[in-house]
Formats: sequence, C-alpha cells, structure tokens
Amino acid sequence: MTSPSVRAEIGPGTPGASGSIGSGGAGEGGSSGPPSKRPSGVGGPRAWLSGERVVREVLHVVAFIPLVALVVLVVILAAKAWPAIRFNGLGFFTHDAWRPGNFYANPVTTRGVSHPPAVSYGALPLITGTLESSLIAIVLAIPVGVGTALIVVEKLPARLSSAVGFCLEVLVGVPSVVYGLWGALTLGPFLAHHISPFISNHLPDVPVLSFFKGATGAGEGLFTSGVVLAIMILPIIAATTRDLLRQVPRQTVEGALALGMTDSEATWAVTFPWVRSGVIGASVLGLGRALGETMAIAMVSGTVLGANAHNFYSTMTTIAATIVSQLDSAFTDSTGFAVRTLAETALVLLLITLVVNVLARLLVRRVSTTALPVGRGI
Amino acid sequence: MTLATTAQVTPGQGARLAARGRVRRRRAANWTLWGACSVALALVVIPVVWILVGVASRALAHWHWSVLTTTTVGQGGGLENAIVGTFVIVICVAIVAGAIGIAGGVYLAEFTSERSGSFLRGASEVLSGIPSIVLGYVGYITLVVFFHWGFSLAAALIVLSVMVVPYIVKSTEVALRNVPTAYREGAEALGMRSGYALRKLVIRPALPGITTGLIVALAIALGETAPLLYTAGWSDHLPTAHLTGAQIGYLPYVVWAFYNQPYATSHQLSNLAALLLVVIVLLLIVIARVIVSVTQRHAPDRPQRLGRSGK
Repeated sequence: MTSPSVRAEIGPGTPGASGSIGSGGAGEGGSSGPPSKRPSGVGGPRAWLSGERVVREVLHVVAFIPLVALVVLVVILAAKAWPAIRFNGLGFFTHDAWRPGNFYANPVTTRGVSHPPAVSYGALPLITGTLESSLIAIVLAIPVGVGTALIVVEKLPARLSSAVGFCLEVLVGVPSVVYGLWGALTLGPFLAHHISPFISNHLPDVPVLSFFKGATGAGEGLFTSGVVLAIMILPIIAATTRDLLRQVPRQTVEGALALGMTDSEATWAVTFPWVRSGVIGASVLGLGRALGETMAIAMVSGTVLGANAHNFYSTMTTIAATIVSQLDSAFTDSTGFAVRTLAETALVLLLITLVVNVLARLLVRRVSTTALPVGRGI
Repeated sequence: MTLATTAQVTPGQGARLAARGRVRRRRAANWTLWGACSVALALVVIPVVWILVGVASRALAHWHWSVLTTTTVGQGGGLENAIVGTFVIVICVAIVAGAIGIAGGVYLAEFTSERSGSFLRGASEVLSGIPSIVLGYVGYITLVVFFHWGFSLAAALIVLSVMVVPYIVKSTEVALRNVPTAYREGAEALGMRSGYALRKLVIRPALPGITTGLIVALAIALGETAPLLYTAGWSDHLPTAHLTGAQIGYLPYVVWAFYNQPYATSHQLSNLAALLLVVIVLLLIVIARVIVSVTQRHAPDRPQRLGRSGK
C-alpha cells in the first residue's frame, strides 16, 4: 500500500486489501452514515441542524471536561510548586527537617525565590509515612479481602452473601472523618491497650523484627493508621475479587472437582490463577486510595512533622495529612514559600498516586467489567 | 490402626497408610483454607458492626432533638446549619456533576470511536484516582484565593463535582453498555433516529444503573471533608443564596474540627454529626439497593449459581 498505483492495481473488492476501504466510498458502513442521509422516520423532521446533532456536539464537549480538569489541575499545581522545586532541590527528598523559617523576619531571596530566613523543608518523613501506612494497609487488607470474597462466592447462601455485600457498601459509604473519629476514640485505644503490647512483647528478639518492638504509644500512630486504612480499602479488594470470582467458568472448576480435587485444591489450582491479575489490580487500586487518604489519617496518625516513625506504633504523618494540617499556618508565610512547598508535596503525592493508578488500570483493564466505579468503591 | 502397630508392614499396607495420611492432610488443608476465609469474613463484619455501634452509642448518649432544629452557637448548640448546608452542597453537586457525568457517560457509551473513547475514559479514571486533598488544595489556591471567591458554595461545588464526575461517567457508561445491542438494532430497523432511540428506548433499561451510580457518587460527596475544608469554610448560620463570598457549614467539618476542640459540648456535636452522616449514608445505600432489587426482579437472566460440593 505504498503508492496510489499499487492500490489501483489491487482495486476494490479484493479481499483483505486495505485499499478497498479507501475506494469503497459511500457504500461503506451503511449503519454509521451521517444522520442527514437517513430517511426521516420516527423522531422528528429532517433538518440539517437537528436537535440530535446539537446534543451530540454538546455531549462531545462535556465528555472532555474530566480530561480538561485533569490537565488544569496538574498545570496549576506544577506552576505553583515550581519555585519551591527549584529552591528545595533534591534535598527535599532526603532529609527530615520541617522548618518553615522565621515568618516575622525580612524575607530573603535565593536564586530568584523569595522565602523566610532559616527555612528548610524535607519531605522524607511524609513520603515514608505515606508509603509505610499504605503498605501495612495493603498487607492486612489483601488476605482478608480475598478470603471474604472466596467464602462469599463459594460457600455462603445468596441471602448471606447479599448481607456481606451490604457490609462492604457500608464500609465504602462511611465518610473518612467518621473512620477517623472511630479510629481515634475507639480503635486506637483498643489497639494500644490490647494488641500492640501483645505484639511487642511476644515477638522474638531478632534484629529483623526490632521495628515491631519498643514503646507502644497511646493509640495514635502508624499501626492504627495502617489498620484504619486497611478497613477503608477492604471493600475495593473484596468486592472486585468477588465479582471476578463470579466470572470464573463453573465447568472448569467442576472439572477439577470431578478429577478428585478438594474444593480448596480446586480454588488454588483453578480459581486463583483465573482471577490473579484482577486481584493484583484491585489491590493496587486500593493502594492508590490508601496513599491519598487524608482525614482519617489526620485524626489517627498523631501528625508529627519532621520525624520518621521510629517503630511500628510511633506517631507519624503522611503527605495528605500534612497538607490538610499545615495549609492554615502556611498562609501566614508572607513570602508564599510555605504554600509553594505544600504544592510541591501535593505534586509528589499526585505523581505517586498517578503511577499507582495507571499501573492498576493496566492490570485491571482486561478483567474489569464491574458496573460500579472501581477505584473508590463498589 | 491395628495394622500400623504391627512390626511387619507389607508394601501394599504401607501404600494404603500413606494414602490415608494424604487424605487426612488434604482434608486438613481444606478445613484450613475455609477456616481462614471464615476468619477473614469475620474481620470484615466486625469492623462494620463496631463502627456503627460505636458511633451510635457515643452520639445517642447526648442525643436531643433540638440538634436538628437549632444552629451552632460557638462550640455548642445544634447542627441545623450543617445539615442544611450538607444537603445544599449535595443537591448542587447532584445537579452539576450529575449533568456533566451522565452526559459524558452517554457520549462515551454511544457516540465515541474506540480510540478517543478509551483516551477520554483513561483521563476520567486517572482523575478519579487523584487524592481529594490535592483537588481541595488546587481549588483553594485558584478559586478561593486567586479568583477572590472566598470560602463559598461555588468553590466547594466545583471541587466536589470534579471529584465525583468520573464515578458518574463510569457508572453511566457501564449501564448503557449493558443494554443489549438488539435494542439498538431493533430501533434502527424500525427507522428510528439513533438519538430518538437512545432517548426513548435504550436509556430506559440503563436508568437503574445510572441512578445507582449517581447515588454512590452523592454518598461520596456527602462524606468528603478534605476538599471542602479549604473551599467551603464554615458558618454558624443557615446557608444563604450567595454562590460566592459566603461560607457554608457542612456535617463532616463538625466531625473533624469540633473533635479537635477541647470542650465537651464540641465533642458531643462531633459525635452527633458522625451519627447523622452514617444514617444518611445508610439511607442512600438502602435506596440504591431497593432500586437494584426492584429492577432485577424483572431481569431473569442473572447467572445461576451452580451447586458446589459443600460437604
């Protein structure tokens, strides 16, 4: 198909020749022709500027709104953060300090960026805090979510599995501030009094596990944050896995059973391989949600700035919780540098979640046909 | 067992014993898996009950009906302003985000080509993955500060709409795609224009799905705090008719901000607001379930569960 002459030699009607599409002309695609060529049937008079055409154009414009919003979002954030990115440099990712500087002294200008004197921002504790709490959440949520989905699909009668579905919907629907309140008032103290001391005292004294030993705190911190996040992302994993398990062809599973496998063996050998990539995708989606969770973490993490979590139970903070707790005071910085730094942390969070989400979509795409918006709930 | 205790074991008996051990091991593995799954199930159900009971018991200890009819005064009073404010915000989001989301979903399902459709779909899905605090932050620095709208309904509305539109787009699109192609082909065969067929025929079976998606989106909008903290502000008074320049109260703010105050009355209000939020969310879930069950009663083509040896 390199030149018109070649196409002419093949000519129309040659099977498999792509040239025939070009020369097919008006005869092609009878069902998708322009609306004005249709006979005017049910649904209004023939008109060049029909209502349908207008509606289609409006819909066309509206469909681009999410894309436009996305681009505007990233551009605004990057523009706001640019001076901070230049000033903070790579050190932003490697040190612990969070010193907004002296807001009341005369501003200093370094490399064209105006900022308060003695300013030094390091986002390392925020980034590690975000990753650690989300990692705990995902490690706790995957086995629980997958196990629940398995028993719901394979064992429970329809009525009970519908009740479990209701529970999952409640977990999706409960606002994150309510999780935060419950985590701070009920779950945190419970973990600090009963679970954390147990883990801390009974783990063997080996260097690998030293992170899980030591002072167990008062209930605000990494462990509580991880558990709250795990509960919040549970429904994403459980509901997606459940929907995937329902799509596993019964004949294959029944074949395995007929060969004499127990149903747990059939589950391992047949069902799991079938849903594996979807479960991984759903888990990564849950991870994305956990990374960006704000209010619950702001209420149960202790939100300490400038220090890494020294053990499994110590107070910490995440990027999102820092933005929500620091924005007020950041606006008292007359140079605007604190706000720009928060924009930079927001940009970091945005990039982390973007990477995670795109990864998840690539994994889930092949199998995701659930009717409900994956990514946030069921 | 008696065979096993004798000193001499013939090869055939050994094999039989090994087989018996294997069966026992496989049975144990079977029980272990389903036992672990039962524990997992308990770990899902327990938090749900715990959260609901915990929130309800803390709030009901200080329940008084005047919470619904008086406005907040400083750290005490009632929650009427927050309740009304929440409903105003959610209804506005339903109108704006509902219109945009449903239109976008219809476009993606009915009118777009494969290629541009998957591009727009990807953008929408990526947008849904962006943390809400990032949306709130951008809303603050642009709408509230740069546009001089101040803390206002308009700023809150735009930020929340951007947040929930992807969910509505997705659920609308999926609902429309689940409508059998035969509907469209039949309409085409009868000579209907595609827009007319969509309006009168195709959209009807998709309506329950679209409505459910909208309800899910509203439940999300209802409970969001992070994007509203720096766009809606807070007001002790009932919402006014001003789109910009007037702060507006909402329930999640009470849960978060009043919890951080050192007063007993503010803690009570925080717990009460949490209970109200949970009750509204439960109502929305029940409504969505009723819609689904009523419409599915007429759809007998759900996949049948095949019996599996339960033992």
